[in-house]
Amino acid sequence: MKNIAVSFEHVYKSYRLYHHVTGGVKNFLFHFQSSINSLRSIGFEALRDVSFEIGRGEAIGLVGRNGAGKSTVLALIAGVLQPSRGGVTVNGRISPFLELGAGFHPELSGKENILLNGVLLGLSREAILKKMDEIIAFAELGDFIDQPIRVYSSGMIARLGFSVVAHLDPDILLIDEILAVGDAEFQKKCMDKMTTFKERGVTMIFVSHSPRDISQICSRVMWFDNHTVKMAGAVERVLQEYASTQA
Amino acid sequence: MQFLKFQGLKHAIDIVRVLTQKEMKVKYKSSVLGYFWSVGHPLAFALVFFISFKVVMKIQVENYTVFLISALFPWQWFSNSVNSAPLVFIGNASLIKKVSFPRSSLPFTQVLIDMIHFILAIPVITFFLLLYRIYPSTAWLYGIPFLLITQFLMVYGFSLMISSANLFFRDLERLTVILTTLLFYFTPIFYPVSMVPDKYQFLIKLNPLAVLIVSWRDLFLNGHLNFMFLLLGFGYSLVIALVGYAVYKRLAWKFAEVL
Repeated sequence: MKNIAVSFEHVYKSYRLYHHVTGGVKNFLFHFQSSINSLRSIGFEALRDVSFEIGRGEAIGLVGRNGAGKSTVLALIAGVLQPSRGGVTVNGRISPFLELGAGFHPELSGKENILLNGVLLGLSREAILKKMDEIIAFAELGDFIDQPIRVYSSGMIARLGFSVVAHLDPDILLIDEILAVGDAEFQKKCMDKMTTFKERGVTMIFVSHSPRDISQICSRVMWFDNHTVKMAGAVERVLQEYASTQA
Repeated sequence: MQFLKFQGLKHAIDIVRVLTQKEMKVKYKSSVLGYFWSVGHPLAFALVFFISFKVVMKIQVENYTVFLISALFPWQWFSNSVNSAPLVFIGNASLIKKVSFPRSSLPFTQVLIDMIHFILAIPVITFFLLLYRIYPSTAWLYGIPFLLITQFLMVYGFSLMISSANLFFRDLERLTVILTTLLFYFTPIFYPVSMVPDKYQFLIKLNPLAVLIVSWRDLFLNGHLNFMFLLLGFGYSLVIALVGYAVYKRLAWKFAEVL
């Protein structure tokens, strides 16, 4: 039991469609009947009967078409969403690596954002301050680090975001298609960092559309299709099967 | 388990601390006159009320300027926090959708910042009191902290309620503006409690904010605290805070879905 980092047991996730309600109190009252009906209906199904286990130190790749449920899986692991049915168990500290720079404030400097983001992601203030120099060095932003990040390019923001997350000391790392931004050199740096994470025994769950990145890092792949796991297993086999449906 | 709880609390404090620093920095970076605005707004209102009620309508209230000021500043704290509550979660949508952290820290920070602004305005209130030869009383030493805590609980409760509910009913923002405006006139801010007709006096005690505002004014102007009002105010605050927290708890897990 101890060696399981993440386990899903018959997890279902459906969203209610809240548009009647988000239309406001006025809308809700004026269309009362249909509003109540829409509240009762199940809504949109994002995951259907998903079960899997991820061992400690394993690196898993998630592939599948957009909207197949990969991001929902990550959000459930991160604890941002709760399953409608079934159980999600997570052992260990999570680094949500879902969107680089979520929570950055444009008016604050790079340094101030490192502190803000690091604390929101779960580290203590002192720990971030201690690692500050290391993070700044990793980001390689030069003098920009003292500039407000509204003057940054999107690639630079991604660098800063990655640098913070890379220094969080997680047990479980969630990565959602983040390598698409940044130049080739920085992408290589990210991949290198992830390889060191893997060597250190960090559990990794990696969503990507790049077969090359997945085969470089992952030891197992899960293929999501139509809101459930279609196939899981060795990297090459699943990727091959997946590629054949894409053609 | 105890240790984990302690860690959680310590981390929550860290979060509130960095968020507060962020808000303060942003506020004062984008306008050098940040402090001036937070003080100037209630003072401008005091001037308007002075002209309309003292000069034009000749209201019979002693020291009407400080009478207004001592109530308008605590009101400003309440009104700022409550009116910015609807946007607290919506404005941080990307964060809430991607990162799991205690979301209640966002409204907490908002209320804390408005409280800090109020505390920073106390010297201004004192300055006006001194102009009218009213001197700070020793009752301030325990009265101010007690009322700060009471008002903080009350405002935080309202803020949790409104910010959470607004994710599901997006027009709550407009409703909040209307209701706070109504509440302003139902609260003895520019008129004294004694002017309220006898048969409506009980309404004052039913209005949590009135209880609080009257206490603030009594403390600032007379250095006096009405024990019954303090108890009543604290009771209201506790109930509002608990209800607010219950609403938040009930809805919080859905935040990421509706944003």
